[in-house]
Amino acid sequence: MAKIHVNTTINGAPTEFLCDANQTLLDVLRDNLGLTGSKEGCGSGDCGACSVTVNGRLVCSCLVLAPEAQGMKIETIEGMAQGDKLHPLQKKFVEMAALQCGICTPGFLIASKALLEKYPNPTEDEVRYWLAGNLCRCTGYDKIVTAVLDVAADMRGSAR
Amino acid sequence: MSHQEHRPNTEGKYKWIGTRPDRPDGADKVTGRARFGADFNLPGQLIGKVLRSPHAHAVIKSIDTSKALALSGVKAVITAKDFPDQPNLIVPTGEMQVNMRDITRNIMAREKALYEGHPVAAVAAVSEAVAKQALALIKVDYKVLPHVIDVAEAMKPGAPILHDHLLTEGASPPATKPSNIAKRIEFKKGDAKAGFAQAEVVIEKDYTTQAVHQGYIEPHATLASAAEDGQIQVWSTTQGHFQVRGFCARLLGVDTSQIRVTPTEIGGGFGGKTVVYLEPLAMRLSQKTGKPVKMTMAREDVFRASGPAPGGNVKVKIGAMKDGRIVAAECIVEMQAGAFPGSPVGPACMCSFACYDIENVYIEGFDVVSNRPKVAAYRAPGAPISAWAVESTMDILAQRLDMDPIDLRLKNAAKAGTKTAYGVTFNTIGMVETLQAVKDSEHYKSPVKPGWGRGVAAGFWFNIGADSSAASHVGEDGSVTVISGNPDIGGSRASLALMAAEELGVDYNKVRPIIADTASIGFNFVTGGSRVTFATGLAVVNSVRDMIRELKVRAAKIWKIDPEAVIWENGMAKPAGNQVGTFEPLSLADLAAQAGRTGGPINGHAQLNVTGAGPGFGVHCVDLKVDDDTGCVTVGRYTAAQDVGTAIHPSYVEGQLQGGAVQGVGWALNEEYIYNAQGKLENPGFLDYRMPVASDLPKIETILVEVPNPQHPYGVRGVGEVPIVPPIAAVGNAIARATGVRMVDLPMSPPRLSAALDAARPRRMAAE
Repeated sequence: MAKIHVNTTINGAPTEFLCDANQTLLDVLRDNLGLTGSKEGCGSGDCGACSVTVNGRLVCSCLVLAPEAQGMKIETIEGMAQGDKLHPLQKKFVEMAALQCGICTPGFLIASKALLEKYPNPTEDEVRYWLAGNLCRCTGYDKIVTAVLDVAADMRGSAR
Repeated sequence: MSHQEHRPNTEGKYKWIGTRPDRPDGADKVTGRARFGADFNLPGQLIGKVLRSPHAHAVIKSIDTSKALALSGVKAVITAKDFPDQPNLIVPTGEMQVNMRDITRNIMAREKALYEGHPVAAVAAVSEAVAKQALALIKVDYKVLPHVIDVAEAMKPGAPILHDHLLTEGASPPATKPSNIAKRIEFKKGDAKAGFAQAEVVIEKDYTTQAVHQGYIEPHATLASAAEDGQIQVWSTTQGHFQVRGFCARLLGVDTSQIRVTPTEIGGGFGGKTVVYLEPLAMRLSQKTGKPVKMTMAREDVFRASGPAPGGNVKVKIGAMKDGRIVAAECIVEMQAGAFPGSPVGPACMCSFACYDIENVYIEGFDVVSNRPKVAAYRAPGAPISAWAVESTMDILAQRLDMDPIDLRLKNAAKAGTKTAYGVTFNTIGMVETLQAVKDSEHYKSPVKPGWGRGVAAGFWFNIGADSSAASHVGEDGSVTVISGNPDIGGSRASLALMAAEELGVDYNKVRPIIADTASIGFNFVTGGSRVTFATGLAVVNSVRDMIRELKVRAAKIWKIDPEAVIWENGMAKPAGNQVGTFEPLSLADLAAQAGRTGGPINGHAQLNVTGAGPGFGVHCVDLKVDDDTGCVTVGRYTAAQDVGTAIHPSYVEGQLQGGAVQGVGWALNEEYIYNAQGKLENPGFLDYRMPVASDLPKIETILVEVPNPQHPYGVRGVGEVPIVPPIAAVGNAIARATGVRMVDLPMSPPRLSAALDAARPRRMAAE
């Protein structure tokens, strides 16, 4: 079967790729485009390790078909730092040891960024429910939730 | 902010140890730059896929691969015939042991398929799609046999026998007929019978647990590239790349020196990545095709065919005097090994009463095979299972005696000099201090909310040392590289660099820790047993000391004095003794700049078999409530305390306590392997195998109690495993106190808990 030609924008850069009709966005990011920061933990949308945003909406890229990316703006973990400057969430995750093995970290960062863009002043419960689609087996979530709340406070400019 | 309490025992003593700098691999891991198992590719690589048995137990009569091989794009198909058979030889894997004869049968079924998901063949093809098509073309002629899943059933006479050669080891009288009971072990101290006769109160209870999975988020993945001259390179997500090398060398019949394994970043392991599954298959396929072969497991494969931790049945009997002094204890553990012998029943038995100083103890354990995937280590393997039973029974005893559960444990706590039932006498330990820390905590002092329950439980783990190698190199500018060989699974690069910086007296940021492949550093045992910061940390410290010795020689050479008259202080060589003040100190950078003229490069190295691991004790306290209608548990407050030796990087020590506690909460409340009548796993995915998510949990408060290990220069104790031991019973005890219903079967999931609440309703209503 002929490949499908897709025009999209990934991390701000116009990007085109050829894919099979049944390929997922995650597979194209990882296998076709070499963007291996998005991880496959389950392939069924249960772990969130493959989280990206499509036109600003948080999705599991393992549940998106690659041809659906046509004309969309995709943001992945590779686009989160600006030049040599880490995003405040990235910086805080390292500072506060909000990761141990690090496999879930890209997904948590993408999901947390999407949260703070939509709700800059979340409660702890809101952070916990927003991140309930991302599995972490190492940290028990404590330091992740604390880091996100801290960044939210910093970004609002109100010291806690 | 979550409440984290650190009680350092080393205040002011150290410059770097006990601080919380950014981890050296932090930037890589928050940007997606870090490369994990599935992130490695080579030009021209093939994709390998495994055909797995659909049956729980079946004879493999024949395998016809001809149609698969004929498919365009298929480059090779392998079966057990492609691997030499292995001798009956026991080898260590982390804290457990496996038999080479079994390993080769586990990576590829030989005579029989022994569990659903057991590999029977593998293919290498130009794409995943072609590989999948090829799997469908392999014809396996099975003779399906009766199967057995449950441990108690597997132990019964007349149960389907998995291995005709298996005679129960340790049986008395000696076994003469094949059995699914691979081994019987016992530990005795004093006279349990006499102890129970003397007891004023005896509590006896039976408990069950189900198999659970380690649940690492990264599935197994490997890439192998075999060259025509016999050399093989492998990239693998593993807790022990030397272990991968050693196993694969045997499985393929090649020298270890022919195999070079590079560990990728590892996305969790918890013990489950201390064995090999895909690596030998990918290597063999690569040998056959002359191409690199990449293999990854789908999540479903991870559940069906890798790692689980065993379930088991535990009988506990505790006898005490009315003042709470325990005079006798008995524990009998029947544990799933999976399809091949080798469950962690030994450590389960040894840990069962290790928290307590008890005069008369009897412990018996059975290692039982059944048609399940072969179990692998999972964080303090075995200990959570016996602790769940023992600590629940302790809680019943506390209730019966109307004693505070911490006071009961304090009255019986193990201390320095306590002799365990398995024969070891404890050196300096922190069981009492850890109990006291919880007793003194704001959490424990706060009133329990009406309708809620508070549970307390303790736990023990040995921790291990074993073989480690490390090297330290001074760069031309005086900055330092520290090289070791243990995959960093939770921040160990940071702890190793902190110890090196402390020892050397230089800035933490001047030390770069590197994890080398199997060809670039001496042997290192697996990342497991809570050993890396302790044992590999000691190797790093010794390698730095070796380097400092050389640095002093160089300074002495420059100053033309005796090396004995040089000391190393704050990152500089200084003249000492009668030479004090004679020369300006020489920094690392000064000495590095002159290295060429004073004897060449300046390196240090160390290799040792590390003994003296300090055991750890944990005490957890949880407040929760139970929904009376649904049986759903809400955890409201959680505190984990532990004697952590010295917290080298306290944030990552807290992280171990928090992560272990939450895995234990999952084990207690939701996680279980569910098999159907055909012996097939019904929940091989994260939707139906329900691990805790952020919204299930409160903050996890920690108390780091520092009781330094006297047998380590910085007092390090392993910390990673203890935290998963207490939580299951802590949760069960809290449920019992919240509802009046004592749960004895895991998991305490909503259906099981609501059924128990319903059954107890008449009694509970009468009590009200």
